[in-house]
This record gives sequence, C-alpha cells and structure tokens, in this order.
Amino acid sequence: MHFARGDRKIFDGLDITIPRGQVTAIMGPSGTGKTTLLRLIGGQLKPDRGQVLVEGQDVHRLSLRELYRLRRRMGMLFQSGALLTDLNVFDNVAFPIRENTRLPEPVVRNLVLMKLEAVGLRGAWALQPSELSGGMARRVALARAIALDPLLMMYDEPFTGLDPITMAVIVSLIRRLNDALGMTSIVVSHDVAEANSIADWVYLISDGRVVDQGSPSQLQREASDWSRQFLEGLPDGPVPFHYPAPDYLDDLMTGGRS
Amino acid sequence: MGAFQRLGQWSLGVLERLGRGHLFLFRTLLALGPLAMRPRLLIRELYSVGVLSLLIIVVSGLFVGMVLGYQGYITLVDFGAAEILGAVVALSLVRELGPVVTALLFAGRAGSALTAEIGLMKATEQLSSMEMMAVDPYKRVIAPRFLAAVISLPLLAAIFSAVGVMGGYFIGVGLLGVDSGSYWSQMQASVDLFEDVMNGVIKSMVFGLVAAWIAVYEGYDCAPTSEGVSRATTRTVVHTALAVLALDFILTGLMFGDL
Repeated sequence: MHFARGDRKIFDGLDITIPRGQVTAIMGPSGTGKTTLLRLIGGQLKPDRGQVLVEGQDVHRLSLRELYRLRRRMGMLFQSGALLTDLNVFDNVAFPIRENTRLPEPVVRNLVLMKLEAVGLRGAWALQPSELSGGMARRVALARAIALDPLLMMYDEPFTGLDPITMAVIVSLIRRLNDALGMTSIVVSHDVAEANSIADWVYLISDGRVVDQGSPSQLQREASDWSRQFLEGLPDGPVPFHYPAPDYLDDLMTGGRS
Repeated sequence: MGAFQRLGQWSLGVLERLGRGHLFLFRTLLALGPLAMRPRLLIRELYSVGVLSLLIIVVSGLFVGMVLGYQGYITLVDFGAAEILGAVVALSLVRELGPVVTALLFAGRAGSALTAEIGLMKATEQLSSMEMMAVDPYKRVIAPRFLAAVISLPLLAAIFSAVGVMGGYFIGVGLLGVDSGSYWSQMQASVDLFEDVMNGVIKSMVFGLVAAWIAVYEGYDCAPTSEGVSRATTRTVVHTALAVLALDFILTGLMFGDL
C-alpha cells in the first residue's frame, strides 16, 4: 500500500497482515505514520495505491453506507480519548449504541453499565468529560469503543501520557478485552515495553515500510541493528543522533556565513 | 515568474476551497432529510443558535430603531414631513437594516460560535471518533446546526425590525412629539407586504443560508489546531460580512432597482 501527503511519502509499499483474534502491535518512531495507518484501515483516508482489506472487503471500494456498516464492527481508541464534551460519561458510552441500534433505553442502560464496569468506571457514569483525569478519559473512551462489541479494535498510542498505574490498567484491559470478547486488536505505539508485553505479533515500521516483524521474543533475539536500537532505546546507531548538518567545526568557524 | 507562480497557486487554492465548499454544502443538504426523524437535534440547535442570539438582536434592534427615529426626525422636520417618520423607520428596517444588521450580528454571535464549536470538535478528534463509531458527522453535527441557522436568521431579522419600529416609536412619538396616529398610519400606507416585507424576508433567508454555510464550513474545514480554529472563526465573521453586504447590493438591485 502506498500513501503520500503532498510530496512526502508516508507509506511506500507497506505490506502487513493482522492475524485474527490476536493483539498486533505496530511500532515505529514518531512521524512514521502509525496513526495514519489506523485511519487508512478505518477508511478515513484513502491510499494512493494498494488495498486495505478488512474481513476480505476492500475498505476503499465500499459505498459510504457499506463503510459505515463495516465501521460498526470496528472500534478505535483515539490518543486524546475524543470524548464528546457536551455529553457525560454515560451518554458518551451510550452514544454509539443509541445512534446505531434501536434498543430500548433500559437495555442501553444495562449495556453501558456493563461496558463501564469492564473498565472499572461504573461509579463515574454521571461525570462530565472535564471532570475526568487523562487515564479515566481514556478508559471511558475504551468503554465507548467496545460498546458495539467490535470485531476489530484499534488503539492509537494508548499508553502515551499515562501514569504507571493507569498505564498498567490500560495494558491489562487491552489484553483482557481482546481475549474475553474474541476481538482482533491493533495497537499502534512507540512504548516498546508495554506493547511487547501484550502483543502476539509486532511490526516495526520506518520510512514507510516494515523493517522487522515477529513475536516479541523473536524480535528480541533476532532483531536487526535498526530494530535493536529502537527496541532498546539506544540514542545512537543506524538512526543517527544528529539531524543531517554541515561539518560542525566549519559551521562554528564560519560564524553562520555559509 | 515567482509572482505569477504565487498568483496561480493562490487562485488554484481559492478554486479548490470553493469546490470543497460546494461539495460540503451538497452533502449537508443531503443530510437534512434524516433530520426530520430526529427533531430533538434541531430544537437543541435552534435554542443555542437562535434563542441565545435574541438578546443581542433585541437590544441592537432597539438602538438602531431609536437612532433611525432621531436621524429621521432631524431630517424630516426641516421639510415639515415629520409625520412620515413611521414609514421611514419601517422601510429602512424592513428592506435593509433588519436583514443586513441581523446577519452581521448573527455572524458575530452565532456564526463564530458555530465555527469554533465544530472546529474544536475537529481539533479534539470528536468528528473523527464519530465517523469511526459509524455516525455520520454531517447528519449528527453539521445538518442540525446548518438548518437551525437558516431558520433562525429570518426570524431574528423579523424580531429586529419589529423592535426597531418600536424603538423609532419611543423616540419619535415619545420624545420628539410626532403624532402617534401619523406614525402608524403612514407606516401602514407606505409599507407593502410583498414589495417590502416579503423582499426583506427573502433577503434574510438568503443571508441565513450564506451565513450558516460559511459558519459550518469554516469549522469543518479548519486546520485542527488552536490557531486553525481561531483563524476559521475570524474568517467566518469577515467572509459572512462581505458576502452579506455584496449580496445585499445585488438583491437590492434585483428587487427594487432595474438590475
């Protein structure tokens, strides 16, 4: 699959397969297009060339109605949570259920409370998004994302900006929900330890391509130099510490005239 | 060459934006149909777009009417024609000031709020998250706000004109001594329902459509950053003001002149 923004190539022949029922982590440095990849899978962006197949359906050949029908079976946890700020926690989680089904209100209520219970926030149903901490907001967003019991769940940087306890909660929730609901999960992240701890399969992407893939243990054993630098967080290596620049000494001696 | 290139680039950018704006309007109009099934969404927006604009419209209408009463009287009294003050105030309001000033105030009060609200929803990924929840933002967010603005503006313009007429009455009759019977009877004799009132209503409907379109489009199309939202809000007010004044000129020519 190929995708570019203006002259800048984001994906240049990216080829990945997400195994059904497993947690797949997609990792790579910032700016490699991980979030863009999720938007391409969700049909919010269109590739320049190539296909995105979800359950055998080419996402970008579907009509708008078919695309929305497919999205009912997809869930996405946004990095910011993206809660609707004019609705409280309960109504946020109820939102996709009310919009996409004609279930009676007592059933909606029970479903919402079940989803909130799954993320440990049943007691917070009446709070407004502005009253939630970052971690709580992400858990509410998670409850909302799983409200329609999706087959495919996508997580966009779910661990970023969380305190260690909340991060551990989110890590365990992703794994537990995947196994309990029989979902397929894609976790886009650059938090190596957390992603590795729950992933069944890992793709490392850089410069628009897959540079390495395998199970977390496999990658630890057989990773390339680039992957090792990324996975171990080494400041220098195949990815240089310095941004390309003219010779340091020349730069200093010319006093900025060159 | 550089200047030509920049001019070409700018022109292409403007054309592209115009094209996107028309596609946006088309999708918004298509999304109006399902709104009939969910009137509650529309009512909520009518409240925030229309009812909450009432105060500024009523107060402004009152002051504009009072100023018209003063200025009209000062001019007319020299010609011994102060009795036609009611007709002057009413015609000025119904034909011109009502639709135009209401549209300008609407752009500042409700249009900018609509742009900021939709822009912030975009910047905080709320619109994206709706799409991913299989909820069409055009149906859920854009169409109700657009329709509420289109409905509200003519009603607000009518209220503006009515309050303005009262303002003119307070000053002309209450303060300056114009005969009350003359004020109303001259107004009744001079203001034609179709020629004046309906043309004013048509104007305010056109302004409502344009103001609503610009406000929701600027919000939806803005760069998803705080700076982007702020620029879009400014653009809404500026573009609406320019569009309303230009359209007013054209519509006045078509309705009352021989254009």
